[in-house]
Amino acid sequence: MALVRERPCLIVVTVETTEFKLPSRIGAVEEVAAAVAGVMSRSGLDEQAAFGVDMALREAVTNAVLHGNKKDETKLVEVVLNISPSALEIRVHDQGAGFNPETIPDPTIAENLLKTSGRGIFLMRTFMDEVDWVIRPEGGTTVRMLKRF
Amino acid sequence: MAELNISERQAGDVTVLDMSGKITIGEGSVALRTAVRRMLEEGKKKILLNLAGVGYIDSSGIGELVSSYTAINKDGGQLKLLNLTQKLQDLLAITKLLTVFDVYEGESEALNSFK
Repeated sequence: MALVRERPCLIVVTVETTEFKLPSRIGAVEEVAAAVAGVMSRSGLDEQAAFGVDMALREAVTNAVLHGNKKDETKLVEVVLNISPSALEIRVHDQGAGFNPETIPDPTIAENLLKTSGRGIFLMRTFMDEVDWVIRPEGGTTVRMLKRF
Repeated sequence: MAELNISERQAGDVTVLDMSGKITIGEGSVALRTAVRRMLEEGKKKILLNLAGVGYIDSSGIGELVSSYTAINKDGGQLKLLNLTQKLQDLLAITKLLTVFDVYEGESEALNSFK
């Protein structure tokens, strides 16, 4: 019986990770967006996709500041950006009590069109390929968003 | 420089607010709210928002446009939108708000629509 020897195959996946920690104030949204724009410019995302990622990021950080940490500046919002050859992943952590995203009403149905809030999560889901939430056992909520290249 | 610059001019009985910058959470949204509330206090109820110079809006800004629209309607007035950038137009389409707002590409057509 012939013995086929397979050569070991080494797959190297490079992931560039960038982290930010900011106090829970509205100004954090612009600060994170500006910093992430710099990183994204090296990611190869086209302009349209980068616009969507920027918007999803801003909405996620806004939610973390307003609804998660309730603008308590002693609480931090942490943003972790992972860029791999195949995707851009953003994780936004807050120190809030969490929520059930399924309870957020669809802002595009007729009865909700004139509501003045409630569109942030809808926009995040529109512009990203995956959006999910984890309520962490140690406290706080993480939203994870993925955009494939 | 302010996040959102708003300048006011009168075209007949229509007040045109020329806006440039960003309508985002915080300063931009507050500037829009303040301007629209001031119009209502001054009895100006036909308002055309010229958004040609607004390159960015977030969900808070979209909410503020809706809030302005509702406040003006409630007061018996009309709010219409002029010169949306492509991105703003796309966002209003995605959120189905193009079905709510009266949107125009030309100022004279927009002004005539108030009559």
